[in-house]
Amino acid sequence: MIPLDINGKRQSVDLPAETPLLWTLRDELGLTGTKFGCGMALCGACTVHLDGQPVRACITPISAAANKKVVTIEAVGNQPVGKALQAAWVDVGVPQCGYCQAGQVMSAAALLARTPKPTDADIDAAMAGNICRCGTYSRIRAAIKQAAAKNGGTR
Amino acid sequence: MKTSDTVERPVIVANVSRRGFLQGVAALGGLVLAVGFPSATRGADDKKYGADGMPNGWVDDPLAFVSIAEDGTVTIVCHRSEMGQGVRTGMPMIVAEELEADWKRVRVAQALGDEKKFGNQDTDGSRSTRHFFEPMRRCGAAARTMLEAAAAERWKVPVGEVAAKNHEVVHKATGRRLKYGELAKAAAMQPVPARDTVKLKDPKTFRYIGKGQLKLVDGNDIVTGKAQYGIDTRLDGMLYAVVARPPVFGGKVASFDPAEALKVPGVEKVVQIEDTPLPAHFNPVGGVAVLARNTWAAMQGRKALKITWDDGPNASYDSTAYKASLEESARKPGKVVRNDGDYDAASGSAAKRLSAEYYVPHLAHATMEPPAAAARIVNGKCEVWGCFQSPQAARDLVAKRLGMSADDVTVHVTLLGGGFGRKSKCDYGIEAAVLSKAVDGKPVKVTWTRDDDLHNSYYHTVSVEHLEAGVDAKGKPVAWLHRSVAPTIISTFDPTAKNEAALELGMGVINVPFAIPNVRIENPEAIAHTRIGWFRSVSNIPHAFAVQSFVAELAAAAGRDQKDYLLEVIGPARQVSPDTLGDTWNHGESPERYPVDTGRLRRVIETAARAAGWGRKLPKGHGLGIAGHYSFVSYVATVVEVAVDDKGTLTIPRVDVAVDCGATVNPDRVRAQMEGACVMGVGVATLGEISFKDGRVEQNNFDSYQVTRMDAAPREIRVHIVPGDYAKPLGGVGEPGVPPIPPALCNAIFAATGKRIRRLPIRDQLQA
Repeated sequence: MIPLDINGKRQSVDLPAETPLLWTLRDELGLTGTKFGCGMALCGACTVHLDGQPVRACITPISAAANKKVVTIEAVGNQPVGKALQAAWVDVGVPQCGYCQAGQVMSAAALLARTPKPTDADIDAAMAGNICRCGTYSRIRAAIKQAAAKNGGTR
Repeated sequence: MKTSDTVERPVIVANVSRRGFLQGVAALGGLVLAVGFPSATRGADDKKYGADGMPNGWVDDPLAFVSIAEDGTVTIVCHRSEMGQGVRTGMPMIVAEELEADWKRVRVAQALGDEKKFGNQDTDGSRSTRHFFEPMRRCGAAARTMLEAAAAERWKVPVGEVAAKNHEVVHKATGRRLKYGELAKAAAMQPVPARDTVKLKDPKTFRYIGKGQLKLVDGNDIVTGKAQYGIDTRLDGMLYAVVARPPVFGGKVASFDPAEALKVPGVEKVVQIEDTPLPAHFNPVGGVAVLARNTWAAMQGRKALKITWDDGPNASYDSTAYKASLEESARKPGKVVRNDGDYDAASGSAAKRLSAEYYVPHLAHATMEPPAAAARIVNGKCEVWGCFQSPQAARDLVAKRLGMSADDVTVHVTLLGGGFGRKSKCDYGIEAAVLSKAVDGKPVKVTWTRDDDLHNSYYHTVSVEHLEAGVDAKGKPVAWLHRSVAPTIISTFDPTAKNEAALELGMGVINVPFAIPNVRIENPEAIAHTRIGWFRSVSNIPHAFAVQSFVAELAAAAGRDQKDYLLEVIGPARQVSPDTLGDTWNHGESPERYPVDTGRLRRVIETAARAAGWGRKLPKGHGLGIAGHYSFVSYVATVVEVAVDDKGTLTIPRVDVAVDCGATVNPDRVRAQMEGACVMGVGVATLGEISFKDGRVEQNNFDSYQVTRMDAAPREIRVHIVPGDYAKPLGGVGEPGVPPIPPALCNAIFAATGKRIRRLPIRDQLQA
């Protein structure tokens, strides 16, 4: 049994230790907001926070998540930064198909948590690991800036 | 471990036919008319165009699309698939506008796959809005008329004295009002008005259509992780499957040993999926499936399978050799598909002759949500959940494969995590159904990994475009030869097909409306060695790349401004019948309603150029390029600004896109589609390539099949919408933004560096 803390809820799962957090969340715990896109940390669709750091759940074994705090898209809105980003995403009309956007929001939330006033270069560096096949990048950039402004400042 | 979350939780996209509209119009017996008005306009022998020409046509019956609850909630059915184009917002918005509904009280329900009830649901070809704008307007207006009639009856006043306005009906003379919820039941008793009596709103009074202020209906669900895609489907007791498929198209399982796979913890069963004889159609390619308690266990089980493949007839398919064979064909005469004037004579007497050849490789859609579907069979009835662009096709083909009647197959359409044409083909839905049948109807979800997606796609064709022109003393073309060689989509349905079909030739090779007197278009044969499918904007990609690059090359050779020269080649504003261009397809639209309008093409080119500051002074290493293209009966022109540094590194500071798609329903989504098409076009131009070696696709994931990321995307994309008229036919939006991007980008690179790109993707060619 591996103990996990998912969105503040402690639970144990009976799975091989190398099972990726992604499939544990999606298939075993029913948290399907975290998406599968590549399985190799190449697209960012599965981004979650592990003790506040953005990680790709598809290559994070549950053994590495044990006793750490996991936050997913389902709960990131409980944090002010996450909430501001979600509101900005809707206001700017970022999503097209929407499939990658959970991962985009999670990467953006981690960015704003450590860099409240990101430059374009900061945004590029933090977000280049998240692919959007619909091509919503310019609106993602605008939404991050809008959320940052709401949270206390822009450049 | 099973948690409480494993309780059946099918996709949230509400599913109309099972909801039972207690208060809704459709629930009241005796009133449900045969779905669809009888159509006087659809004669049996006439050639049918637009929505009339699509399987099961259109339906504008409010009983199929609208219901009103006593609390006033209006539920509007969206029968087209949402894959990012915004159709679940746009289509109901049209109904709500005419219905005079308050958008805040509108719910959207997703239709099951049922074209007899809803009309055509095949969501591709940039057709949803242009085919259903008018039916959805009539549908909303008919429902509004029924509400007005019910109110007039209750007040015992002539119906002409009442009017619906923002979710209530008002009696003007007395100021009496009845809310829609209060009228719901009585309205349902009203007859559906005859189509020709339904009065549509004056577009001047639109408050939603054309305004773009409404937020996406799925926006909140998307950003909070609640939105449900095909891959998110969860059913009670469901098994998770992945499939090992033949690595070569046309191959099959020779033998396999499941023993090691069955030892993997969590693996429950190994099942062979029979391959299907050609044609490929939308059928599964066969293979060996591993069913497990979760996707990860299934993936580990698949790794442990021992399979010997029979690679079949395409085992030697090799992209490098194939490119050479296409080039060889392109340099010899082929089937003449358009012939104006006398190309040979004009070319022979021209002051100068130029030629160039362009190459665009295979591409894969690589939707962020890979193909995925779930199915179960209960009491001889099959239910399928999936991200389908064409749910009726999924229904029919699942039924056929299982030997059932389509009436016994229910297809639930989830959100699609990208479609781009891949999800028009429902092979993954059939796989899910076959696997469910193999485990006595238990629910099974099939998930494709990214490798699966790239290795077993329906690929964008691969093409060589050979162009020649004879120009006069001023550099103006008097003779134009275009040979297009590419394996055809038709080969997926008829393996003997070797020529491009009318629908491919009509995507910017045959229907180029240039003012050149001597034109010959040829199409030499090409044999397909993989599944060829349609990819967002389809053959317009290679055709526009070649044509718009070649015009720029001619301009450069003549020492002329590229934009001025392009306008001159297009010639004066005029309406050109597609028939006179040899285009019998015209995107399925009537040649009278939808002529090729060079005035509109000129206008988008001029608009994009003006907005981009064409001719402005640029920093060193920067360049501007332009391209304009007609596709999906819309007109799009693009100006790309590039910067290329000393090391050959390409960046794109800005793109200006001008689009004329006729009048718009949701201009914000038109902008979004142009922005997205721009990024996808940049990816096609700079990075995208699927190649084959020994019959196998060489790319496995986003490391080897690269797509544009945020840091390489255009920094600024400005979209300029040419205003349209609601009385005139609408154009497509989802696809026409793509084709002008690669040529405009390459023309900009030429302006910046003097280097002409003729082979996509650009990748490191600027560094060479």
